[in-house]
Amino acid sequence: MNYFDQSLSSIHKQLVNKEISAKDLTQQTLDNIKAVDGDINAFITVDDEGALKTAADVDAKGIDADNVLSGMPIAIKDNMVTKGLKTTAASKILENFKPIYDATAVDKLNKLGTITVGKTNMDEFAMGGSTENSAFKITHNPWDTTKVPGGSSGGSAAAVASGEVIAALGSDTGGSIRQPASFNGVVGMKPTYGRVSRWGLIAFGSSLDQIGPITRNVADNATIMNAIAGHDKHDLTSSTKEVPDFTSTLNKGVKGLKIGIPTEFMAQGLDDDIKQTVLDTAETFKKLGATVEEVSLPHTKYGVAAYYIISSSEASSNLQRFDGIRYGRRAKDIKDLEDLYVKSRSEGFGDEVKRRIMLGTFSLSAGFYDAYFKKAAQVRTLMINDFTNVFKDYDLILAPTAPTPAYGIGEDVSDPMTMYMNDVLTLPVNLAGLPGMSIPAGFSKGLPVGVQLIGRPYDELTVYQAGNAFEQETDFAKQTPKMGGNN
Amino acid sequence: MTEKISEDQVKHVAELAKLKIADDQLPYFTTQLDQIIGLFETLSEVDTEGVEPTSSVTDQINVMRDDIAENWNQRQALLDNAPDTADGYIRVPTIIDESGDNE
Repeated sequence: MNYFDQSLSSIHKQLVNKEISAKDLTQQTLDNIKAVDGDINAFITVDDEGALKTAADVDAKGIDADNVLSGMPIAIKDNMVTKGLKTTAASKILENFKPIYDATAVDKLNKLGTITVGKTNMDEFAMGGSTENSAFKITHNPWDTTKVPGGSSGGSAAAVASGEVIAALGSDTGGSIRQPASFNGVVGMKPTYGRVSRWGLIAFGSSLDQIGPITRNVADNATIMNAIAGHDKHDLTSSTKEVPDFTSTLNKGVKGLKIGIPTEFMAQGLDDDIKQTVLDTAETFKKLGATVEEVSLPHTKYGVAAYYIISSSEASSNLQRFDGIRYGRRAKDIKDLEDLYVKSRSEGFGDEVKRRIMLGTFSLSAGFYDAYFKKAAQVRTLMINDFTNVFKDYDLILAPTAPTPAYGIGEDVSDPMTMYMNDVLTLPVNLAGLPGMSIPAGFSKGLPVGVQLIGRPYDELTVYQAGNAFEQETDFAKQTPKMGGNN
Repeated sequence: MTEKISEDQVKHVAELAKLKIADDQLPYFTTQLDQIIGLFETLSEVDTEGVEPTSSVTDQINVMRDDIAENWNQRQALLDNAPDTADGYIRVPTIIDESGDNE
């Protein structure tokens, strides 16, 4: 199956018309992966056997003509637990972990008949923006294999961009869906906090984490959101708000919408091509009948500090559970229990994870809590207020997704400060719990560039509506990488 | 530049987090953490007098449910994930050091 020419609905049509069976489609997807993944390394685990068995079950039951996802092969980021299928969060400490249940988002997809072909590579415990922090492998950007795919959902984004699969799930704590979507020229949605259950998502920053879809186009993205959204009794932060049909307003256009571009997002450290892409996108929206004006989010420059205090603090607490006792890697040559904890964790976690745990432990420790954690939580309130003020007058915010296009493998990883600053444009959306989607909007020296559309809380509809209007007007989402570079 | 965190503090924080940083790695982690904590301190510029901290952005408040145990009947699958088991239990090393060697 050449996924570059397909959408969920075009594949669904072929399944319904029996031009292809779910099993053949799955086999072709596995063949795609076999052909391409040697260069891309998007997958940690490919589940040939399980996927073909599930596909055969779907075929036996028959494709559901009313359900676009029936028999659809997809990929799942390796920090969402999958029953009986190895789930590592790209960490040595979980290298042999086989979950006993499915994450709710995965379970919902399974029940609709999707077929999980494999688990995608990521930065260890989703900490990073290049997928280079994986304990197992480096993923390469399909547009130029010397470049990173972004992260932390770099495997999912690269798997979709390289045509290995039509769609994948990612997770986003500070930009981990949107930034790799931008780097790979695909569509990535981070929903409103609480829109999608976090049950079974291996926790990083619990007040920030959200699962979302990565796809080749906006309509496919909305279709997958329809499947995974909604309240879950297992996640008490998941919202009981009614879930709309996210595809229902795709064709409504942007006429009359008021869109704001935050001046602070366009300021420091932004690559010229990225800036131009945002301005060009604004022109397109204006042409389509929207109003675009500059707005201000005055606390933007404090976002990186606030985010890294809060997310690291939450991580230091969440990652206490990895102790080598009940599951995961246990160190050898152990003297006593304390020794077991310390050795298992020190051997099992990579440097970036250790750094975050220590930053969090420090920020929460006696004598520092008020100056760091509490202060960051107060700044978070001010950042939320900034967004609330803008959304009084504007329906959407348009912003760059990342300050640069994909950078070279090995360029940033040695300097955590540079890596952290790269998240400046995405993490405010997580701190405020808003929906944000990156869509392909341009190119810089042959590499794709995305822009973000940010909506009011629970207003994914307007985000999808505007995203689709832009996609219909332009052809950026239709571009595909010449595998191996030379774009 | 004043030091935000010392090597001794990094050692202490690592201990609290049940991590061991090898002596030869200590300067590397200390330099990096020092830089990042320096960044954290830029927050002191922000006037947060009287501002409520935000700990979560969920729209759900105090969700209650009955405290009922569910049996998932997956004892063996759970034990299969444990690094060391015996007689249907997870085995751990000595908890109390009886050697008298209080290192």
